[in-house]
Amino acid sequence: METNAETEARPQESALRAEGSHSHALGNVAAIAKRELGGYFNSPVAYVFIVIFLLLVGFFTFMVGGFFERGEASLASFFVWHPWLYLFLVPAVGMRLWSEERRLQTIELLLTMPVTTWQAIVGKFLASWLFLALALVLTFPLVITVCYLGKPDLGVILCAYFGSLLMGGAYLAISCMTSAMTRNQVVSFILSVVACLFLILAGWPPVTNMLGHWAPRWLVDGVAGFSVMPHFDSLQKGVIDSRDVIFFLSVMAFSLFTTGVIIRSHRAG
Amino acid sequence: MIKVENLSKAFGPKLAVDDVSFTVERGEVLGFLGPNGAGKSTTMRLITGFIPPSAGRVKAGGFDVQEQPILAKRLMGYLPENAPAYTDMTVVGFLNFAAELRGLRGEAKRKAVSRVVDMCFLESVLYQSVETLSKGYRHRLCFAQSIIHDPPILVMDEPTDGLDPNQKHEVRTLIRRMGEKKAILFSTHILEEVDAACTRAIIIDRGKIVANGTPQELRQRSEMAGAVTFRVPGQTKAVLQDKLQQLWTVRKSSILSEDTQGVSARAYPQPNARDGELEQSLFELAVRENWKLTELRTEEGRLDEVFRSITSLDTSRAA
Repeated sequence: METNAETEARPQESALRAEGSHSHALGNVAAIAKRELGGYFNSPVAYVFIVIFLLLVGFFTFMVGGFFERGEASLASFFVWHPWLYLFLVPAVGMRLWSEERRLQTIELLLTMPVTTWQAIVGKFLASWLFLALALVLTFPLVITVCYLGKPDLGVILCAYFGSLLMGGAYLAISCMTSAMTRNQVVSFILSVVACLFLILAGWPPVTNMLGHWAPRWLVDGVAGFSVMPHFDSLQKGVIDSRDVIFFLSVMAFSLFTTGVIIRSHRAG
Repeated sequence: MIKVENLSKAFGPKLAVDDVSFTVERGEVLGFLGPNGAGKSTTMRLITGFIPPSAGRVKAGGFDVQEQPILAKRLMGYLPENAPAYTDMTVVGFLNFAAELRGLRGEAKRKAVSRVVDMCFLESVLYQSVETLSKGYRHRLCFAQSIIHDPPILVMDEPTDGLDPNQKHEVRTLIRRMGEKKAILFSTHILEEVDAACTRAIIIDRGKIVANGTPQELRQRSEMAGAVTFRVPGQTKAVLQDKLQQLWTVRKSSILSEDTQGVSARAYPQPNARDGELEQSLFELAVRENWKLTELRTEEGRLDEVFRSITSLDTSRAA
């Protein structure tokens, strides 16, 4: 891009304009995702998270979920805990995404690079989602166990993993959003947990009853529809309903969009 | 290459940048001076597109930074205040990341990283974690990422902040050299940097530009500019002052020191005295009185005086 005069630069710039902004988008997202993933593994976060996740998953599946007592060749006693395990573990993964940028002031470097805010948001989110997927993949010994002990329906198991990944992604996106709100990782964590808790409990009778006292039927049903439980439940059973997939993707899209709004508003002062 | 037009930025009720306009062309190095809180960093953030303006606009290489941010940002390298870098990366990892975001891949990326590592003397810390770097190295690293894509425009916020005198000298030399082909804008508190590296300087105070010119032009605004400092051995100040009164070219004079050896004094020229007239008349006076001057020097004016006279004390505003 080195030329001698601005006028000479112009013809080259318009050629750049044509190919530049789109061909670099994926490259930027990939570079940012790579950096973020490396960041996870360069700190204790990744290792602590994975170990604790696997330990807790094991504990809940076998001890609390009664995997052996059930005698069923299924991983229901494994998947049923995911909404609750993710509630605390996923915000721990997502809380640093934007808080660290603001704390280190690297956000000023990142956003003055020729990348769009969207590319940065998507890149970071994908990195953390990939990390979560990796943690999920590391539970494969459970699959091997149940295959060894019986004849499980692998399609159901695969579908359940898919649902779990989607749900984790939704929680992550919310975590992303709360981490953009504050420089403080702890606050981000707490806000994220509360938001995800709401998503779990939205369809819970005590919540719907409380609303039912004063709100119209459609509002109560609407709020209940926000709950992850029924959506994850059917995926977990092996039913791929597009509405469930759309639900999780919408939560992700909404949260990431809001993340962008928050970041922009911080800069506008 | 940088064109700032009527730029303003308000944070709530406070106007941090107030109708600022200036340009920086290729081959120019513009120094941005001002007290703390004057709006220097905010202006730089506006120029690099980190924050949007409340009014006015910025063009980099002909591209409006708000309307066509990607194209504008491609042409700029930025060294923000406090030289931020990702602490969980290694030096080489960070430079590779910066190169990737600048669109460099493969061989081009390797060459670019290698080039800035040489220019910024980062070989010895290449595989060290950023967290463990000293302040000097951190600044050099951040400086390296700002030039990794060899941009035609460089914006640097206090590039020599916290560096030792050797490092400061290195950076200034580098800036001066790069300034021959690029448009460079940097902010500083250190007035001698203005002489060392700038072709032009702007003084900003409370969001407004209060001076804009070459270092020489700015110095002329000083009261000291054109004053003549001289030393006469074997005289007393009373005699000196009496003789100086008689010269029409002398507006006022002040005695700098008096001891048994002689007197040191400074004479300020009348506003309507031409260049050199004061020196001439002093010299002639010395000849007439048979003074054996041991020193005769014309002052250039001092930037810190100009600075002090046109700016106010620290406005203590968080940027």
